[in-house]
Amino acid sequence: MSTYDPAEPGHNPARRQVLSCLAAWSGAAVVWTVAGGVPHALGATTAGTPTAAAKNALTFVQISDTHIGFRKEANPDVIGSLRHAIADINALSQAPAFVVHTGDVSHLSKPEEFGKAREVLQEIRVDRVHTIPGEHDTIDEGVNGYLKYFDHDGNGKSWYSFDQGGVHFIGLNNVLNFKMGTMAALGDEQIIWMKTDLAHVSRSTPIVVLAHIPLWTIWEPWGWGTADSAQAMALLRPFGSVTVLNGHIHQVLQKVEGNIALHTAMSLAYPLPTPGQAGIGEPGPVTVPAGELGKLLGTRQLSVVRGRHELALIDTPLAG
Amino acid sequence: MSHAFSRNTIRPFRACVALALVFGAGFVMPTIFAAAAPPAPTVDLNIAKFAFAPKEITIAPGTKITWTNRDETPHTVTSNDKSFASKGLDTDDKFEHTFASEGDFSYICTVHPFMTGVVHVRKQ
Repeated sequence: MSTYDPAEPGHNPARRQVLSCLAAWSGAAVVWTVAGGVPHALGATTAGTPTAAAKNALTFVQISDTHIGFRKEANPDVIGSLRHAIADINALSQAPAFVVHTGDVSHLSKPEEFGKAREVLQEIRVDRVHTIPGEHDTIDEGVNGYLKYFDHDGNGKSWYSFDQGGVHFIGLNNVLNFKMGTMAALGDEQIIWMKTDLAHVSRSTPIVVLAHIPLWTIWEPWGWGTADSAQAMALLRPFGSVTVLNGHIHQVLQKVEGNIALHTAMSLAYPLPTPGQAGIGEPGPVTVPAGELGKLLGTRQLSVVRGRHELALIDTPLAG
Repeated sequence: MSHAFSRNTIRPFRACVALALVFGAGFVMPTIFAAAAPPAPTVDLNIAKFAFAPKEITIAPGTKITWTNRDETPHTVTSNDKSFASKGLDTDDKFEHTFASEGDFSYICTVHPFMTGVVHVRKQ
């Protein structure tokens, strides 16, 4: 593994822009380890050093934006990319308790895409894969097509919660449309449900929230935000440790607001531009030179360390 | 009697159809039929770079609009009043809708609700 060197011949300057952008979004408590020109490991610790997963910690893996059904130039083999990630997950020295998938399971909400995704996800050697819907999963019949394959609790709702390893997990659907011309939202019904759900959780319990679109506004002209995220954040603010895991923007960005740390994840399908990237007017798939794609796709391993506010995160590209 | 009557009226029509088939085998066919029954005026719109282009348009009643998705990302054409709604449109997929009556029809892409457009239907 070579050390990152900005002067390295053949270094892609766009990568440097991405890194500076990431630095701008990163909180002070975060350390990036960069190897081979890509952010390879990220430790979120108060001491400013990367943390290895403690032996008795709850660890789980986040994957996102698999876009099963996509077959354009930016990645003609998204199933191959997912299987590559699955091999990485199955090879982890400490087996994760479960996997979360933060949305855009499919590309076009087609039944065959959901079916294929469910079939391939079953190759991950964990007890369960918890999914939430992205806007690509709710295209033709709202969330109903998705729920036929991924109904978490079997009650026809696309939001849910569960407790594991002393952590309260909440899965949300923030790709609902209520008002023309605005960003997608959670909606009143879900906000009320969230309030009721959190009423039974002690303030010291670590909370992990899954939501496809970031719960903070990254770039409104591209819809990279949730219209009513302020209401959800207000409900989460009283808790001592809140980690929000998002997908949607196909790159790692993060923000810390008090006790709430928000992290977006890499995709397993294709890269997107950096927020509002100059010269690119829209958030469409970015085709990168052969050999570069695997560096921009990846998985994230998370560990909940008792007594720590922050989860330990390791973002690993498929190839690096 | 009625048999003879109908044959007389049909004969010139048949000739016309035959002419249309001969001359209109390729590209001119719609023009020839236009003389008998004017076809609906048509307008083509693009969905490109996460925007409807043009975003706003004024047409006469009876006009058919065809939207074509030029992006690699799926989009929809979904009216606010639910009077028309496409399925998810993949790259180069098309959606057509004929606007029969006057009015203002605003629409969005439900995948990207920040994408908006409006069709004004006015007698001209």
